[in-house]
Amino acid sequence: MNTEIQENTKEKSDEESAEKNSLFKEAVFQLKGNKSATIGFVIIVGFILMAFLAPWLTPFEPNDQDISIRKTAPFITSHILGTDDLGRDLLTRIIYGSRVSLVIGTISVSISLSFGILIGLISGFYGGWVDRIVMRFIDIMLAIPYVLLTIVIVALLGPSLVNAMIAIGVSQIPQYARVVRASVLAEKENDYITAERSLGASNFELMFKSILPNSIAPIFVQATLGVGDAILSSAALSFLGLGAQPPTSEWGLMIASSREFVTSAWWIVTFPGVAILLTVLGFNLLADGLRDVLDPRMKD
Amino acid sequence: MLKYILKRLALLIPTLFGVVTIVFFMIALSPGDPARVMLGERATAASIEKLRHELGLDKPLYVQYGLYLQRVVKLDLGKSIKSGQKVSEEIRDHLPATVELAIWAMIFSTTVGIFLGVMSATRKNSWIDFGSMASALVGVSMPVFWLALVFIMIFSVKLDLFPTGGRMNIRYYFTPISGLYVLDGFIVLLKSGDPKVLLSALHHLVLPAIALGTIPLAITARITRSSLLEVLNQDYIKTARSAGIKERRVIYRYALKNALLPIITVVGLQVGMLLAGAILTETVFSWPGIGKWLYHAIEARDYPAVQGGIIFISISFVLINLLVDILYSVVNPKIRLS
Amino acid sequence: MDKDILLSMEDISVSFYTHRGIVKAVRNLNLQIKKGETLALVGESGCGKSVTAHTINQLIPMPPGKIESGKVIFEGRDLLKLDDKEIAALRGKRISMIFQEPMTSLNPVFKIGDQIADVFMAHEDIKKDEAMEKTVKLLELVKIPAPERRIKDYPHQLSGGMRQRVMIAMALASPEPGLLIADEPTTALDVTIQAQILRLIYDLKQDIKMSVLLITHDMGVVAETADRVIVMYAGRKMEEADVYSLFENPSHPYTQGLLNSLPSNEKYSDSTRLEAIKGTIPDLLTIGNECPFENRCPFAMSICRESFPEETKLDDDHSVWCHYVSDQVRTHTRAGSLLPTRGKE
Ligand SMILES: Nc1ncnc2c1ncn2[C@@H]1O[C@H](COP(=O)(O)OP(=O)(O)OP(=O)(O)O)[C@@H](O)[C@H]1O
Ligand code: SF4
Ligand SMILES: [Mg+2]
Repeated sequence: MNTEIQENTKEKSDEESAEKNSLFKEAVFQLKGNKSATIGFVIIVGFILMAFLAPWLTPFEPNDQDISIRKTAPFITSHILGTDDLGRDLLTRIIYGSRVSLVIGTISVSISLSFGILIGLISGFYGGWVDRIVMRFIDIMLAIPYVLLTIVIVALLGPSLVNAMIAIGVSQIPQYARVVRASVLAEKENDYITAERSLGASNFELMFKSILPNSIAPIFVQATLGVGDAILSSAALSFLGLGAQPPTSEWGLMIASSREFVTSAWWIVTFPGVAILLTVLGFNLLADGLRDVLDPRMKD
Repeated sequence: MLKYILKRLALLIPTLFGVVTIVFFMIALSPGDPARVMLGERATAASIEKLRHELGLDKPLYVQYGLYLQRVVKLDLGKSIKSGQKVSEEIRDHLPATVELAIWAMIFSTTVGIFLGVMSATRKNSWIDFGSMASALVGVSMPVFWLALVFIMIFSVKLDLFPTGGRMNIRYYFTPISGLYVLDGFIVLLKSGDPKVLLSALHHLVLPAIALGTIPLAITARITRSSLLEVLNQDYIKTARSAGIKERRVIYRYALKNALLPIITVVGLQVGMLLAGAILTETVFSWPGIGKWLYHAIEARDYPAVQGGIIFISISFVLINLLVDILYSVVNPKIRLS
Repeated sequence: MDKDILLSMEDISVSFYTHRGIVKAVRNLNLQIKKGETLALVGESGCGKSVTAHTINQLIPMPPGKIESGKVIFEGRDLLKLDDKEIAALRGKRISMIFQEPMTSLNPVFKIGDQIADVFMAHEDIKKDEAMEKTVKLLELVKIPAPERRIKDYPHQLSGGMRQRVMIAMALASPEPGLLIADEPTTALDVTIQAQILRLIYDLKQDIKMSVLLITHDMGVVAETADRVIVMYAGRKMEEADVYSLFENPSHPYTQGLLNSLPSNEKYSDSTRLEAIKGTIPDLLTIGNECPFENRCPFAMSICRESFPEETKLDDDHSVWCHYVSDQVRTHTRAGSLLPTRGKE
């Protein structure tokens, strides 16, 4: 008798997760038809390919200096986008710069994601005073503008690319924690959670095996946006001299060191910025598309 | 309403306290000894010890924290290591420049942003909608400092339309009254009939304000569009239309006032972004405001200045958001009358 | 054409082009409203009542909506051919609407007095003061106590019933109201308030001599207020009759089902609603030319799956669209007496 009931509930929760699964399939299907998601996806794939295939995409080395050809204008010689003040090939440096940005994006988002998920999950799942304290703390952290927070953290840790990644990752944790908490709270109330709890699932199992996978959609959107944000922040930090250090081919740093050439070599200023713009645009487009598809409220 | 404001004010105190605490401990617990960082690698142990003592770093952490709190309550943020001046005075001196820049950036981003959002929402799926939303997305994907440099390159260097930096043509000597140069220029104009100061101030503001305002503009446009689209779907809009109210009035009066509620919140949040963005914009345009000052403090590892600057900006951010919330409740009769 | 007819909808079809497909919300509908009459449009949720009403004054959102065919003749003009300005001039002036949800149908950030006065000012060349005076008078007319004070209230400060009165006032804020479209005006209200609001609409109609298109799924409301009734199902007109004939001699199997599901002891009380008859409404996306009731109808025949029936006139004022009824009428002279009886008796 008892086992029968249990099997029933089990079946039911399986059914519900199967439903979620097909929802996911539908989402992927719809994404294909979503213009902004498609464009974003193509840009991102291009960006990742560029990072991985860098040495095969260009005959030059990013740090090869040749003073004799310094500040060569673009579209004239084999240096398609011209050269910088030290005669380094600009296109090559931009291509290699995608590696740095990819690493920054991935690592700092991983930091924010892992801590954000942990904090948000615990706070939303346990509720009560744990939640109150965590939320209070997060509210206070959010009172400090996050760009500022990032700058202070790197300034304290000392300027370097690694520290920049840590700073960007850490200062975004409150954002993620809040998003995760909100979707956990929404998911927690579902029947299948009660059912699984009655079947004796442990808190850990409930949190990581049931709630998290089912509330992943908004977290996913946030992470996609986050990669773009991280690339922008790291560029800003490098521009202020707090991130990547010369001679790294980091896009923000390339813009920073081009400042004195606004009068003489427009390409050194322009192209690295275009690279940042396109990449971040790709992530924003994908995130927009994801939000349209995953957030049923936005659908018409 | 009054009760609501009082409640918000009461909530403010723990937040402010929390901000001060977090900033203090972040700096106190960070690896590295501020005294050593300040004095450089080759400083002698004695001189480091002396500075530690001066900064109170030799006391236990909780004592340092207690002292710091006491001073912050008295609005004393300590002395800048670099200049020896009081941090609060340095902030006061640099504040007007930033306030002026932020206000104009805000005016630019809010008016243009709302206008674009309304155009998009009312012409949903038209090329106007597509164009302005695509530009908005490009706007949020751009590094501000790069945009600022591109502006300088095009409008200052190439076209020679605007100055590359600064707030005022140095030849126009005048004693600042409010420190907001446009306002001061206006006063000069009234007093002596000379528009030079006013015009020069405006001339210098154009590029930095537009550069700083671009991202908030893009965000405002996006939120206005989505908020207005949602409102236009509401029953009361159908009511207004079915009652024969003209479409323009339906949109600009009936719908926009409702759509304004989320817009206000977002605009408030952007003030924080604006303050942070000011660091980059002011650096590029040599704009002598808080942002540039903070940048130099960070560069010089001037801990008290950095600490004070961060606390000041965060507190301003909190206070502005409180103001925004109050404004929100004024616009929203459901809160105002409860 | 008949001089008594105020509004005439001819062969109206409306579809919605959604990402799931084409929703055929209303099909080949004919409807006429006489001057001074109350016509009730009844049917289950989703059968196209609101779409029909919104077609009249061009409130169908386009896209996704599209009016596939038909005309809406009002005072000699086809309303569907009017441009935005022309239709806006008619809305609220000659054709007013009140909606189902008094909670969400008033603008939350404006005082109700301002909202009503604005309608006056949209239709007449008058100053704000004068419009306000008129507003106060109008609120008195719809029996809102202390109207001078109430005009300063925001919608959230009023009860549902009061809000619906405000909605009615707004609909009447015109120098010459012609047609009032009331889309389920009482559905969201308490039973006692419902009766008051219906009474109010009825009295106002008598006073002002306007016509009313009353949309409802409450048979009790129909019995009490309507002169004539149209029963709709899945976008189609099923039966049309004066209210007396309809209740005495419901002839369409669907109408019979509707009346059967009413509680028998409490004859057509205010609280009764159309209850679901066994089975479900067909999918408006895939529906073809069959009789849409075919899957639930106890009398369904093979022809019902092939074509939608022609009109069968039982009386001057009573028509039915049903193959079964049509057969019955053809084989017997006096159709009514031989029709399947209602389970209740
Ligand atoms: N904007 C729209 N987009 C897509 N489909 C719509 C839209 N408006 C109405 N429909 C569809 O048209 C059909 C008829 O809807 P309508 O609102 O007229 O029903 P109703 O009879 O008024 O029901 P209710 O009693 O629930 O108000 C429904 O199937 C609905 O899904
Ligand atoms: S036409 Fe056929 S299916 Fe439709 S109601 Fe009549 S008998 Fe039933
Ligand atoms: Mg309806």
